[in-house]
Amino acid sequence: MAQMTMVQAINDALRNELKNDPNVLLFGEDVGVNGGVFRVTDGLQKEFGEDKVFDTPLAESGIGGLAIGLSLQGFRPVPEIQFFGFVFEVMDSIAGQMSRMRYRSGGRYNMPVTVRSPFGGGVHTPELHSDSLEGLMAQTPGLKVVIPSSPYDAKGLLISSIRDNDPVIFLEHLKLYRAFREEVPEEEYTIPLGKAAVKREGSDLSIITYGAMVHESLKAAEELEKEGHSVEVIDLRTIMPLDVDTIIASVEKTGRAIVVQEAQRQAGIANHVVSEIMERAVLSLEAPVLRVAAADTIYPFSQAESIWLPNYKDVIETAKKVLNF
Amino acid sequence: MAGKTQKAQFDVKEQLQAVENQFETLQILNEEGEVVNEAAMPELTDEQLQELMTRMVYTRILDQRSISLNRQGRLGFYAPTAGQEASQLASQFALEKEDFILPGYRDVPQLIWHGLPLSQAFLFSRGHFKGNQIPEGVNVISPQIIIGAQIIQAAGVALGMKKRGAKSVAITYTGDGGASQGDFYEGINFAGAYKAPAIFVVQNNRFAISTPVEKQSAAKTIAQKAVAAGIPGIQVDGMDPLAVYKAVSDARERAINGEGPTLIETLTYRYGPHTMAGDDPTRYRTSDLDNEWEKKDPLVRFRKFLEGKNLWNEDKENEVIERAKEDIKNAIKEADAEPKQKVTDLMENMYEEMPHHLKEQYEIYKEKESK
Repeated sequence: MAQMTMVQAINDALRNELKNDPNVLLFGEDVGVNGGVFRVTDGLQKEFGEDKVFDTPLAESGIGGLAIGLSLQGFRPVPEIQFFGFVFEVMDSIAGQMSRMRYRSGGRYNMPVTVRSPFGGGVHTPELHSDSLEGLMAQTPGLKVVIPSSPYDAKGLLISSIRDNDPVIFLEHLKLYRAFREEVPEEEYTIPLGKAAVKREGSDLSIITYGAMVHESLKAAEELEKEGHSVEVIDLRTIMPLDVDTIIASVEKTGRAIVVQEAQRQAGIANHVVSEIMERAVLSLEAPVLRVAAADTIYPFSQAESIWLPNYKDVIETAKKVLNF
Repeated sequence: MAGKTQKAQFDVKEQLQAVENQFETLQILNEEGEVVNEAAMPELTDEQLQELMTRMVYTRILDQRSISLNRQGRLGFYAPTAGQEASQLASQFALEKEDFILPGYRDVPQLIWHGLPLSQAFLFSRGHFKGNQIPEGVNVISPQIIIGAQIIQAAGVALGMKKRGAKSVAITYTGDGGASQGDFYEGINFAGAYKAPAIFVVQNNRFAISTPVEKQSAAKTIAQKAVAAGIPGIQVDGMDPLAVYKAVSDARERAINGEGPTLIETLTYRYGPHTMAGDDPTRYRTSDLDNEWEKKDPLVRFRKFLEGKNLWNEDKENEVIERAKEDIKNAIKEADAEPKQKVTDLMENMYEEMPHHLKEQYEIYKEKESK
């Protein structure tokens, strides 16, 4: 089995799907000859030709509209938005158009689009490159939102996303692109959307998280283990639809939970997770469910980034409040 | 060399003037129904000419009936079409069945003549999703509400056709206001860059709700915006069915021959309000202007033209009017027979497979709706 970074695993998944289905099209700014600004689409234009893998003019709304029009012609578009902070330029195509097409057309048309885009903090980008905007997407009925935390998951989830007949927003955390390698099978496999992964089993506390925060949470869990706490870590992997069953089963077992997200506290996925726990498992709880999240400010300029972003120490601090309640 | 005026390398005003001068209005039939541009006459048989007139008369009746049905509370959202028949119907008349229409919300007539059953047009107006459930083989999408969103989608449909090697085109409609949207520029630019077989029709009816076209842009014509995208642009008399037909069929020919997209501006006018939801055009238009445009009426001039060729008379016209009224009556009956839309219908159409959270909510609404 090959050792791959997340960039390589995504590239591998894209190659697999271009081979698998002649209707798959990859396009976006600089995805062709250049292979994308992070080389995620490296070599794919050369291998599959300019008809399948092509550059677009520099206009995100146009990229979104192109995906919609191509879907209407039976294609399976995989557009790239170069950085997810640019999503505001394409919000209408995503939230106003593709998400509604199945309903608007009474099921006549569907939008098998997978919008891929890098996001996430900690790599000192300029403004509007690092923001965690997944909450905006998750609040849009008709979309699915997928955020892998490892190369293995990235490949399996991306293949599932591309094969899904509804629009999927597939967010790739910048810090995880080349953070580590792991074994990724060269053959194809899928990971179902809407299913969380229990990354670490435990009996005293459930940490529910996703994206780069999975790694901060695992690190925190290890530290807490040393102090005698058995901590379970759940990686949501898909934040919409949410895998409520896995969350509730874990909380019923541990009786304590915290939710960790990189995004601001206001109106994010963590709030949704807390609500689900309150509605479904309140009698299992030994302590309030607390959140670890960034401050309710605009994403900071890079000098303040390392303080602003939640890290494993923040996770430990909040976990202890819940454990010692 | 401060203070010293250097002679410009070229005269920017002259350059702009030169561009603007190239966008003359194509007209074939004048207001009197006389052919003023024999060279541009499209090749249409007598039967085709009669059919085009039939569609315009039929659609004028449909508009009148829709307005009164709306006033009686028997229709919902409705954007009147009278005045724009040549612009809407002669452009659709130049299409083939395999061509794909992406309309704005005033462009329901084109959908009907492309194959959308009238009863569905009424269901759309009534806010029932079945109005948008386009039958198989009818190549249209339901009317777009967001101004201009359909324009970039048209570029995508056209690119898809090109990739499939199809000899067909995507045609989209917007208005003078729509030509100010970013999506308009992105759409014509994308289609141009990919040489995609698209036709962008801007029906310049002079007012975006109340805002006059003069306040939309410093550009003298909308057609000239094509220059920036590097694609052909043409301005036509949108009250002249033959000119509209000619412009669209030429654009279609170029598109299927691999020559890329065309922007067509049709100069037209809506006689009625923006929509039937309380718009009052007397707040922003003078009756002088209304009268000036009503003199250009597409039905009047085409009727004169056809009568001159002995292809039209009062009997024919009455026959069409009666047929339209009968069809409308039947279509309303059909629409009335459609059961009311339910929240569970909506839930069934959100995703291919209902996710667990919707399944839970589905059960709740099923229970509510059974009462």
